[in-house]
Amino acid sequence: MSVNPELVGRAFPPTAPYTVGREKVREFARAVLAENPLHFDPEAARQAGYDDVVAPPTFPIVVQESTLAQLLAEPDAGIDFTRVVHGDQRFSYTRPIVAGDELTATLAVTSVKSLGGHSMVTSESVMTDASGSHVVTAVSTLVVRGDES
Amino acid sequence: MTLRDGREATSPGHAAPELSELTVGDIVAEREYHLTRDSLVRYAGASGDFNPIHYRDDVAQSVGLPGVLAHGMLTMGVAVQPVSDWIGDPGRVVDYQVRFTRPVVVDATEGAVVRVLAKVGAVDEAGARIDLTVTFADETVLGKAQVRVTAEG
Repeated sequence: MSVNPELVGRAFPPTAPYTVGREKVREFARAVLAENPLHFDPEAARQAGYDDVVAPPTFPIVVQESTLAQLLAEPDAGIDFTRVVHGDQRFSYTRPIVAGDELTATLAVTSVKSLGGHSMVTSESVMTDASGSHVVTAVSTLVVRGDES
Repeated sequence: MTLRDGREATSPGHAAPELSELTVGDIVAEREYHLTRDSLVRYAGASGDFNPIHYRDDVAQSVGLPGVLAHGMLTMGVAVQPVSDWIGDPGRVVDYQVRFTRPVVVDATEGAVVRVLAKVGAVDEAGARIDLTVTFADETVLGKAQVRVTAEG
C-alpha cells in the first residue's frame, strides 16, 4: 500500500489549543540537556524581555505530534506507522514560544513523493497563538519504507 | 543524565557575541554529550514519543535495528544547545533544520557520545547561519544541520 497523493491540499481542522506550561518547558529543556537559565528561571526570562520561561528551539515537536496523529489517522492515508522513519525536520519562528502561550496547530500535507519504493510525505504544522498571530511553522518529512521484496 | 563539558569556553550569561564580527568558518562552539538509556526515557516522557525502539532492545532487534536508538528529535534538540548557549538567548534561534541521516545507537551500559561542532556558515545584516557537524562513533548523524540566529538581542 502506498501513500495516498490526494492528501496534498486536503484541509485538516486546527488542533485543540495547547497551553505551554512552565514546568513542561523546564521538563523538555532538561530532556534536551539545555542549561540556559532562560528555560528555567522566569525572572531571568523577564529580564531578557520575555513574559515567562522560553521554550527550547525543538519544543514545537510536542505540539506537532498531535497534527501528525491526525495525518496517520486519515483512513485513506496509506501510511503504515511501523514503517515510518523521520527524514527531516525544520522549525521556522516568527517569535519564540514562552510559557503561557496557547498554541493552535493546523496541518497541511505539502508533498507526497515516491523514491525507490519508499514514499516521502512532507507536512507542515502552522502554529498560531491565542490572538491568531503566527508563532512557528514545523515542517517534517516522514519516509514510509516500501514493502520488502 | 551525564553531561561532559567540551572545549567550548562560553557559558549562559556571558556577553552576547557580535555577529557582524564573525567570519565564515569560525568555530563558535564545540561540545560533547553523553546520552544514556536514562536520557532516552527522560526524552520519551518529555516529548510524548513512546516508540519502544527507543527503550526496548527486543523491539529494536525485532524490526532489524542494530540496537536501541536515540530519538532523532533528541539528537536534534541536544545539537542546538551549544549554539543556544553561545548566543546567550535561545529566543534568537529563529530557524533550525536537520536531516536524519544515521541513527545513534545507545548501548545499555556505555551509552553513546554525540559530538557537536558549530561553525559559522554565513553572515548577513539580519544575523548568521551556524552549521552543525554532529557525529556519533566518528560518523555524521545529521545532514544539513543549520541554525539561523538573529542579530537582534
